[in-house]
Formats: sequence, structure tokens, C-alpha cells
Amino acid sequence: MNKKSKVVRYNKWGYIFLIPFIVIFLVFQMIPLASTIYNSFFENYRAGLKQIGPNFVGLQNYVTIISNGDLPTYFKNTMIMWVMGFIPQILLSLLLGAWFTDPSLRLKFQTFFKTVIYLPNLIMASAFAMLFFTLFADSGPINSILLQLGVVKEAFKFMSNEWSVRGLVATMNCLMWFGNTTILLMAGMLGIDPSLFEAAQVDGATANQIFYKITLPLLKPILIYVMITSLIGGIQMFDVPQILTNGTGDPMRSSMTLIMYLNKHLYSKNYGLGGALSVFLFIITGILSLVVYKFTNSKEK
Amino acid sequence: MKKRLVSLLAIATMTATMFAGCGSSNGASDDSAAAEPASQEEIDAEAAAVELPEDTGKVLNIYVWNEEFKSRVTDHYPGYEKVDETHGKIGDVEVVWNITANENNAYQNNLDTKLLEQESASDDDKIDIFLVEADYALKYVDTDYALAMSDLGITSEDLADQYKYTQSIVTDSTGKLKGSSWQACSAGLIYNREAAKEVLGTDDPAEVQAAVADWDKYNETAAKAAEAGYTMCSVNDTYRVYSNNVSGKWVQDGKVVIDKNIDKWVDDSKALVDSKAEDTDDLWGDDWAKGKFPTGKVFCYFGPAWFFNFSLAADEEGSIANQGGWGYCEGPQSYYWGGTWICAAAGTDNPNLVKDVILTMTTDKAVLKEIAQKDQDCVNSKTVLAELASSDEGNVELLGGQNPYEQLAAGAENVDLSNLSEYDQGCNEEFQKAMKNYFLGNATKDEAIEQFQKAIKEKYPDVEVQ
Amino acid sequence: MAAYTNDVAGKKDGNSIHARRFVAYLVLILVTFICLFWFYILFINATRSNSELSTGFRPTPSSHFFENWTNLKEGTLPIFTGMINSLVIAVLTAGLATYFSTMTAYAIHAYEFKLKNAMFTFILMIMMIPTQVTVLGFLQLIGNIGLDNNPAALIVPAVASPAVFFYMKQYMDSTLPLSLIEAARIDGSGEFRTFNQIVLPLMKPAIAVQAIFSFVSSWNNYFTPALVLHDDAKKTLPILIAQLRSADFLKFDMGQVYMMIAFSIFPVILVYLVLSRYIVGGVTLGGVKG
Repeated sequence: MNKKSKVVRYNKWGYIFLIPFIVIFLVFQMIPLASTIYNSFFENYRAGLKQIGPNFVGLQNYVTIISNGDLPTYFKNTMIMWVMGFIPQILLSLLLGAWFTDPSLRLKFQTFFKTVIYLPNLIMASAFAMLFFTLFADSGPINSILLQLGVVKEAFKFMSNEWSVRGLVATMNCLMWFGNTTILLMAGMLGIDPSLFEAAQVDGATANQIFYKITLPLLKPILIYVMITSLIGGIQMFDVPQILTNGTGDPMRSSMTLIMYLNKHLYSKNYGLGGALSVFLFIITGILSLVVYKFTNSKEK
Repeated sequence: MKKRLVSLLAIATMTATMFAGCGSSNGASDDSAAAEPASQEEIDAEAAAVELPEDTGKVLNIYVWNEEFKSRVTDHYPGYEKVDETHGKIGDVEVVWNITANENNAYQNNLDTKLLEQESASDDDKIDIFLVEADYALKYVDTDYALAMSDLGITSEDLADQYKYTQSIVTDSTGKLKGSSWQACSAGLIYNREAAKEVLGTDDPAEVQAAVADWDKYNETAAKAAEAGYTMCSVNDTYRVYSNNVSGKWVQDGKVVIDKNIDKWVDDSKALVDSKAEDTDDLWGDDWAKGKFPTGKVFCYFGPAWFFNFSLAADEEGSIANQGGWGYCEGPQSYYWGGTWICAAAGTDNPNLVKDVILTMTTDKAVLKEIAQKDQDCVNSKTVLAELASSDEGNVELLGGQNPYEQLAAGAENVDLSNLSEYDQGCNEEFQKAMKNYFLGNATKDEAIEQFQKAIKEKYPDVEVQ
Repeated sequence: MAAYTNDVAGKKDGNSIHARRFVAYLVLILVTFICLFWFYILFINATRSNSELSTGFRPTPSSHFFENWTNLKEGTLPIFTGMINSLVIAVLTAGLATYFSTMTAYAIHAYEFKLKNAMFTFILMIMMIPTQVTVLGFLQLIGNIGLDNNPAALIVPAVASPAVFFYMKQYMDSTLPLSLIEAARIDGSGEFRTFNQIVLPLMKPAIAVQAIFSFVSSWNNYFTPALVLHDDAKKTLPILIAQLRSADFLKFDMGQVYMMIAFSIFPVILVYLVLSRYIVGGVTLGGVKG
């Protein structure tokens, strides 16, 4: 009796600690979100300075989006570019993380290397894109190197080929975010009780064995975090392809992402179609995250 | 008399009647001339009759996207005292510069929001003056949010020295002028003299002009230039020239219409790109900029007076401009590029001051002469440009000492912008972007046009596409 | 310890260690080059004049560094105020986001209550909302509650940062045993005190990581601040950069733009170097072991 009341007394603190988050969330995110969903049932946009609507149209906006059939294309583009960037990113991060935490390698200058890898993330995406434009211009240095090496006969137009644009987007994303991922993984690895590694070494485990048997399983929560946030970040991919293709998603919208598409509707303050589109995005993200979460969790069992 | 009272009210009060007031005076002109716009005489008579109410505002709010107008006012408006970078004083009135950079359309978004709130804003927050660019001027001008010049008592006589085209850009659908500019940015063809000698055997402006006098001749010259190893320019350079000379608006009866001159741009450009006589570089990019140097092998650029100093890298050792190696002629068709227009916001509580700023900055010849000399603007004054054309003051070093002002002035006379619409900015941008896919072989013409229509539907949900 | 491993693994592995070490160094040097290369070009570009920049890429520095700096410093943009604004907003954002997310994660991690799982799922769902959409509703909201043109509108919402929360929760799952909290309770520590004095220090590496991420993303954020802040005196560096880039033709100067970019990266690098000590310097969780 006494013990139970004590537990309850502690557990009310669970609610207390949640208060700041909930309050701020309700005010600054829930209200905007609710208005987004509410708006998705209305015709509501601006033509020049004239406000059209809001007129209730039921599910019309949803029907419009489904019937023009572009959504799957942009979803496909987004996923392709995300996968192209994410796979090298996570592999590189795991590799670096494993090396940094592998005591048998005894890498020198570790602090320097660990510090350096996150640096590209400090550069603004728009500044990064400016540099990419310069480097990959038809008359830029990359092309002159390719020309000199005889790889191409005339300047390759990086910005007008479906796969080179996607490749550049993936490269930029990978460059900007692999340090971030590595740091997350390393912080997770550092959180692992060092005595576990010592014990494994005493037992004669190889570096590979330590990595697969100890590091990876203990890293699982962080890995799930990396997978899910990166997936969400991927679905919300916007600034890099937007700046790199000047908002067009060219050639022929093969690099247009879901959020770029959404952004097109924000130009006319199209709260109706934009709202419906975000509901779709919300559902897509939710399903995918659930799949990732279930998949990674079930392997454990 | 009744009309006059209405306009007075329109300026003096800041209630819904203001908008109704503007509406009713428009209605009045509709009565007299049916669907025909009001005649100049009527508008002038109206303007002459306007008696502005006293200024009551303590703050003059000016909405802009960069510091250009601020520095013009600071340097040239008598009595302007600078307080700090975004504040100034004219007499007792505090001047507040609201600067929003136009990245991601932020300037227009911000201005839209503020204009829609204008009615309920407190006196000190009301917009008094806002600036617009030609590409989207009609979006603001063709509404009651912008005051007609005649409502401020500015007559066509006050503005007689300005070029016609600078006024048609800011004339609303009822024929009322709603803005004024100190710049006249007529533009032409800026050619590489060395290239002209090599390709045409001459670098004389008149003879080069003859070789590019219309699009057929231009295309012939381009073919010759390509043979000699030159790229004529980018298809995006010529676009403005074609799109300034259309026979109808982009949007007619709520439908997007591709004008035949725009269609001609597509076909001409595709042929030139395929024969490597033109390229598809985006303006301002590294590839586009390479022509500033002899090694870039570019025959010409298209641009107005501001382009000379801004874009040709004259202070760069070895650039064509540095050696005075450019020439200027009018090109295949007259067109303009750039410029900034001053609009008075309905609901201003400083109408007299606003009127004076507009008149001083855009019609005072002494001020305009000063601006032309100090700031290198090609000013919106026939008199000043004529003076420059006839004196050595107008000689431009990077054009090999050529005086381009005669051509610039002639160009400004010839620009005809009767077919602007509020959709121009979006349509022009999206059309060029979509067609690039066709030029580069990533799509057929029909697919590219479909792409354009899709983009328009997203940008302007109220517009029909076929 | 490592020598011991070698002994155990025998001589055959000794060679493979050397080979692996060689590969590791090779890859690391390559990665380092790719990471630092961008800073090098930014620096090079900051030394070039506008017309030099318009002629395309050059790999070597030019002589306009001080000229660009003077032009920028004496130009009309309040760059130092901008830096202070950016700094205040980014520091407070990072502070609020990490502190309250840790607290929220702790609530879910350490306590049993009815809505616990529902809350967790709920917060994960919030994470999936794209900011681009709700930003319009967000602007309406801050207009209504009088926070327009107020930096607080950018700072306060950081209290509810679902992604930071999620990381803290995952980190606690792998490193924060409940027995430790139990021990603190037996010692008579209050719940709030336990959180502040025992849990927070244990979370240092995670807090440092998320503090850096929050700081950097706030520092580089253009989208929302540009829509919220209107006074020059309140603007942050990315807004000023955008303003510099949309200058009129007489003032347009890419040299200054690059100088400004370099100028605004500098403080983030400093902050990063200070905080990264906690991540890369080998800070371990002493408490967990015991």
C-alpha cells in the first residue's frame, strides 16, 4: 500500500516533466497543423492580391492531387535521390565510426579527423550550391579536368542530365550530412560501457566480431534514430535540389521532390491544395517510418 | 465635384470607403466611356482639381527590396537627413525604410500581407510608398491598393518628359497611371567588336545594326558567327526581346495564350541551339559570363545601359570591356530591361510628401541629370538623354568611346508595352525554364509546353490552361 | 591494451592491422580533403573581387581580401548586430531544445504512466510534419499573438523539438539504466534534482551533439527568420546575406557576398570546436559503469 503510493508519487513527475513540451507544442505546432488540415478542405488561394475563398470543397483538393497523377513521380524522385545519398552516407559513417572506436587500430590524429568530418554541415545550403554551380559549370574546373583527361569530348552539361542532377543532389546531401550521422553514431558508441570492449578483447574477439556482436546491437536505438530521422529528412528534402535546379526540378522535373512540389503551391498561398498535399506527405512519412521502426525492431526478436 | 470629394476622402480617410471611393471613381469613368479606358484629358482634369488634404502622418513608410531607392533619396532628395541605415528624416516626418530582400519572393509576400492589412494598420504602420519592378507591376497597379498619380494631383504635363513605355507598365486597366520611375531602361545589342570585324568585316554600329536589324538577318549573322567559332549569345538573352514584342497578353479571358512571337523565339532558338550558334546558359551563371573575355568567344549580349558597368567586368584586366572592345546597337526589336517604379499606397497619411517625393525623384530635370551622372542610371527624361547624346559626357569607355545615348533614347521611344499582364513574371520565368528542356533535347516541344502549363497551373490556380 | 590484442591475435593479424590502418588513413585523408576543400574555395572566393568572381573558378587566392572586408564592414548592412542576433537566437534555441527535450525524454524513459506510450508515438508523429506547410499557419499565429518581428517567435518553439527529444530518448535507452535513478531516490534526491544533477551530466555527449545540431541549424536558418524578422536591427546573418545578394547593380558585389559567408561561418566553427570536445575528445560515461 505504502509502496504503491510512492510509485504513483514518483510517476506524477512524468506528467510534470512533459508540461513544457506539450504546452509549447500545442501553441506553436498544433494550431498551425490544425489549420493546415482544416484548410485542405477549402478552396483557398491568392490570385495576385485577390483572396479566392475560403470556399468549402470537401475532398476536391485530394481528388485533384490524386487525379493529376504527379505525386507518385515526385515520391519516386525523392526516394531515388535519398537512397543515392543515404547509402554511401550511412556506410561511410559506420565505417568511420567503427574505425574511430576500434582500439586495435590505434589511429593517430583521431580528434582532428573526428572534428573535420562535421565541418561541411556548417556551410549554408545556398552557399554550398553556389560553389557547386561554379565547380560543375560547363566551363568550370570539373569539366576542364574531364576534357583534359579525355573522358569527355565536349563539356558535359551536368545540370541537364537526369542522372547527373540527381547524382549532384545526392552528393551534396551526402557531403553535408555524413559528418552529422557519424557524430550521432560516435556519441552512441561512446555511450557504450567501455568495460564491454575490454572484456571482449580479453576473450580474444577480433575487431570485426566486436563491431558486429557488441557495437552494432548496442547502437541499435541510435541506428533506428538515424534511419528514421534521415528518412524523414529525405522525404522533406527541399533546399538542395531547389537551389541546384532553380526550383524547376529539371530536366523535366526528374529531380523534383515532394516538398518542392508543395512549395510550388505556396507561391499562390494555395492553402487548400497545399494543405491536402501535406496531409498526403504526413501519411507517406508515417507509413514509411512505421515500416522502418517495425523492421528494425522485429529483427531483434 | 462629387468625384473630387470622393478622391479627397479616398486619401484622407483610411476606411473601407477609401476602396469603395476608388472603385466608384473608376465606375464613373466607365459610365462615360463604356469599356474604354478614361481619356487623358479626363484624368488630367481630375488631377488638376485634386486638393490634397494636409499631411497628418508622422512616419513615412517606404517598402523596397534593396537599397537602390534609399541611396537615390539620400543623395538627391533635398531635405532628406539620414538618421541610420533604415531611418531618415524629412522635416518633421520620420522616414522608415522597410527592406525585404526578394529571395524566395519574400519582398512580394511581405508587401502583399502588409497591403492586405493596410486598412486596419495603425497610422504609423501604414505603407506610404512601395516600389515595384516591371515584371509584376500590374499585380499591384491594377488594384485599388495603389493610388493613381491623378489622385495625388500629378498631371500628364508633369510627366511629359518621361518615356511612354515607362508609363504603360504602370497604367491600370482603366487607363490610369499609378506609378512613376526615374529610370528608362531601353536596351539593345552589345556586340564584341573583334568578333564583329571577324564575322561581318566591320565594327561600325550602323553596319552591325544592319546585320541584325530583324530576326531573319540576326539568324543569318548567328550562322556566320557559328562558322567563325563564336556563340552568338544565350537563348535566355534574346528571350526578353521577343517577349517585349508580343501581339497579345499572356493571359486572355482567363486562359494562357502563347503568342506567336514567343513561339517564334522557341523555333528560332531551337534551330540556333541545334546548330551551336546559341547556347542555353542561365543568365548570370559562370558559363554565361565567359563571354566577357575574348576567350569566351561570345558574339554579343543583350542589355540596357546599366548592363555596361554591372555585367561586363570592365575593371578586370584582359576583359573585352577593359580594352573598350564592345559596341552598342539597337538590335532586332526594341525592348527594355529593368527599372524600378514608385507607387503611392492608398491610405497614405502623407499624400503631399509622397507627391513631392515622386515629382522630385522622377521629373525634376536637375535631380535626374545628377542621378544620370552620379549613379549611371539611364534616366527617364527625354531632355536629359538628349543632352547626353549630344555631348561627350555620354561617351562610354568600355564601348570604345561610343556614345550609346542616341540609340538608348530612340529605343526607349520605340518600346511598346501595351500587352503586359499581371501574369508576366510567372509566365516568362516558367516558359523559359520549361523550354530549356526542349532546347537541350530532354523533351519534345509539346512535352515542354505541357510542362509550362503545369507550372502555370500551380503558380496561378485561377488561370486556365488548355 | 591494443598491444595485448595484437599478442592475442598473433603475427598473422599484425600485417592485416597494418594494411587496415593504411586503408583507414587513406580514406580519412581523402575525407578530410573533401571536407576542407569547400572552406578553401570559400576563402579563395572571399579574396576575389566581383569581376574576378564573374569569370569563374580559380584555385588560387587573389588580393582583394581586405578590400572586400572593408567594403562589407563599412557597407550599409549591420553585420555585427546581425551576428549578435544570430548568436542570441542560436544559443537560446540550442539551450532550450536540448534542456527541455532531455526533460521530455526523461519523463518518458524513467516514469510509468498511463499515457506514456501514446505520448511517445504522438511525438514521433509530430516529427513527420514538414515545416514548409505549417509555416503559413505559424505566421498567422504569431501575428495574432503579437510575436511578429520578435525573435522570441523563433526561440520559444524550440522547447518542443521532437527530433531532439527522439534522440535523447534513444540515447537514454542505450545508456541510462533505471537502477541509477532508483539509487538516487534511495539517497533521498528529489526528482527534479535527480534530473538536473545526475541525469543531465550523464547525457553530456548527447546534449553536446544535439546542441551543435540545433545551434547550426538555427544559425543557418533563412526560411522562417526571413518571414518573421523585419527590422534591420533584428535580422540574422542569413537574411543579411540574402539582402546583400539582391543588391542593386551599383552595389552588387559577389566578393562581399563570399566575405559575408566566410564572416558568418567563423563563429559557428568556434562554437563547434568548443562543443565538439564533448563528442570527439573521448568523454565517457563514468556514472554508468558504477
